[in-house]
Amino acid sequence: MQRQIPLFLTSLVGLTMLLYYFIPHPLIATPGHFFEDSVIIVVAFAIVLGSANVLKINGEAVLRRGKDWPYKAILLLSMFLMIGIGLTDGPARYLTPESRFNWMYDTFYASMQSSMFALLAFFIASAAFRAFRIRNVDAALLAVAAVVVMLGRVPIGNLLSSGLPQSIQFPEMANWLMEIPQNAAKRGILVGAALGVMSTGLRIILGVEGSFMRGGEGR
Amino acid sequence: MIAFLAKLREMDRRWIFLLVWILVMIPLIFPLRLPLAVSPPVKQYYDEIETLQEGDIVLLSADFDPASAPELVPMLNASLTQLARRKVKIVADCLWPGGPPLLEEGLRVVLEEEFGYVYGEDFVNLGFKEGREAVMLSMGNSIPGTFPVDFRGRNVADMPLMRRAQNLTSVTLLVNISAGYPGTKEWVQQASSRFNLRIISGCTAVSAPEYYAYLQAEQLFGLLGGMAGAAEYENLVGISGPATKGMDAQSSVHIFIILCIAMGNLTFWAARRQEQR
Amino acid sequence: MTLSTEWGVWIAAILTLFIFSFLYKDNPLYKLAEHLFVGISAGYYAVLQLWSVIWPNCVVPVVSGEDYWMVIPGVLGVLLFSRFVPPAAWVSRYSLAVIIGAFAGIKTTGHAQADLVTQVQSTLLPILPMTMGDGSIVTWPTAINNFLFVLGLITTLIFFFFSTEQKGGIKVAARTGVWYLMVSFGAAYGFTVMARISLLIGRFQFLLDDWLGVVRF
Repeated sequence: MQRQIPLFLTSLVGLTMLLYYFIPHPLIATPGHFFEDSVIIVVAFAIVLGSANVLKINGEAVLRRGKDWPYKAILLLSMFLMIGIGLTDGPARYLTPESRFNWMYDTFYASMQSSMFALLAFFIASAAFRAFRIRNVDAALLAVAAVVVMLGRVPIGNLLSSGLPQSIQFPEMANWLMEIPQNAAKRGILVGAALGVMSTGLRIILGVEGSFMRGGEGR
Repeated sequence: MIAFLAKLREMDRRWIFLLVWILVMIPLIFPLRLPLAVSPPVKQYYDEIETLQEGDIVLLSADFDPASAPELVPMLNASLTQLARRKVKIVADCLWPGGPPLLEEGLRVVLEEEFGYVYGEDFVNLGFKEGREAVMLSMGNSIPGTFPVDFRGRNVADMPLMRRAQNLTSVTLLVNISAGYPGTKEWVQQASSRFNLRIISGCTAVSAPEYYAYLQAEQLFGLLGGMAGAAEYENLVGISGPATKGMDAQSSVHIFIILCIAMGNLTFWAARRQEQR
Repeated sequence: MTLSTEWGVWIAAILTLFIFSFLYKDNPLYKLAEHLFVGISAGYYAVLQLWSVIWPNCVVPVVSGEDYWMVIPGVLGVLLFSRFVPPAAWVSRYSLAVIIGAFAGIKTTGHAQADLVTQVQSTLLPILPMTMGDGSIVTWPTAINNFLFVLGLITTLIFFFFSTEQKGGIKVAARTGVWYLMVSFGAAYGFTVMARISLLIGRFQFLLDDWLGVVRF
């Protein structure tokens, strides 16, 4: 009962969305539109659930004075501050340029997220020195392709090869590499992945794949 | 020499970090302004917008967040500039939670302040909606139904532009500025053949290689890849934006990375030789 | 050099430097910034979902009487929170069923059309010079490129076929496919390097322009 009905619901919704692609008749299209609109709302609740889970995990750590609990207390304070400001600003104002919520977004969220990702540049350089090993023909091919693309996409590559015939200048070679061999392999991966997604989707719709229904058993 | 190279292998990686820091900082302060070559996918992107007629409705979906802003905000601003010059109507939305303020700023600075676009008549910012592919399909059915209120909580159905832009079939072109999932791939899968929607994409460099397959299959009609694509596009539009100004730093670090790969393999070989002795 | 007078810019710049301090080593300043970021993000996402989705798409249509059916996804959304109550957690499976079922159907057709049918169709390219039906002429360079493209796709797909032992002709084809894949991975590596460096350039542009006023971008 706890598994069968949800699995049936999965199949029903999945089959409706599948048929909706082919059949515009209101018998299929009307429930299809309803499921589209419903999923938008349910997924939004799922994201809020994620925030609530952050609260639960870090709240428990603070209460039992776990590892790094002062930092987790700051985490929770900042979360409540953000939620409080967002709720008081209201739906009409909260993302306008002059709002406090937007200021918090610009000052904290945008700057820190950008900085976190900017760190990757340093690690990719370090990894290029310490981990990129050309041990065989395959790795050499990978390295050559990487070098051609890295030089072909930036002005310095254009400058270095400007004296050569156009067909073997770095930008031209990079374009050819992207359009022919790279594209062919990527298309092969795309087609293979599409077959995988289709088979998994059909398994879910036919009720063969039920592993996502695990979890939620009463403890 | 071999001993030196072998010892270099044990170098603290923080020296590499410092070199990267210097090689990015210096060209930003002292630019070389090296000339750029424009690649065919970027030219296609530009040409596709040039075919638009005055009054055409363009859906601009800004599917990114601050993490990808250095690559994608220049694309967004240059696209808005070219679209505004074509005098097209723009309906904008965002499918990434971190994106709405970035989109709003682009629309305000370029469309309102620079080109005098009137909100509600010439452009609308629908804001963010969760749901990924479900949002795309729902917009195919009804855009006001999916976004009942806009970015500022105003009723969308009342806006003059939205009376014309009822669903995806009312849209002439989709300009998708995309950082990943959901983004260009999902728009192509859900909207290109189902709603007969022409799509052009500005995406991060990480995503770009995959989208060449869609470009060749004419599911995409233009592609900007990463900061280099943004710089080439700024060049075509005739603006000298942050992407163009960042290309010298990009060049210097690319050369450095290539040297790192070469030196890394040399030091590895040297260490092996030393061990064998 | 004109330093910014906005304290928001100063806070953002200082937090940026806190995060970059991780490059030297893990330290309390980085930890502070990291936890602050997680807290701010969690709060931001919750508010955004509430005001951008739940309120206009669910609450307002139900309360105003415009669409009472939206109470169903609203209830399903609330049922998700039963995961916090272990004896009742099984109730959340109904909500998950709707999400997973819908996306299974949406993704199956999307991938089938865009990533399979259209991709295979556009691989049917002329591999010899000829005049096409629409009058366009396929020259030798184009024909060779098309041949290399088709060869690459076929050999890549052969490489991924693991249901039979790769020997003889199949092995040669698979090796060729591996070479194409290596080129593809090399190109992906090159583009990834470009992407990561771009993000750092963007941060430095903020520090040099918005904060220190050393250069104008």
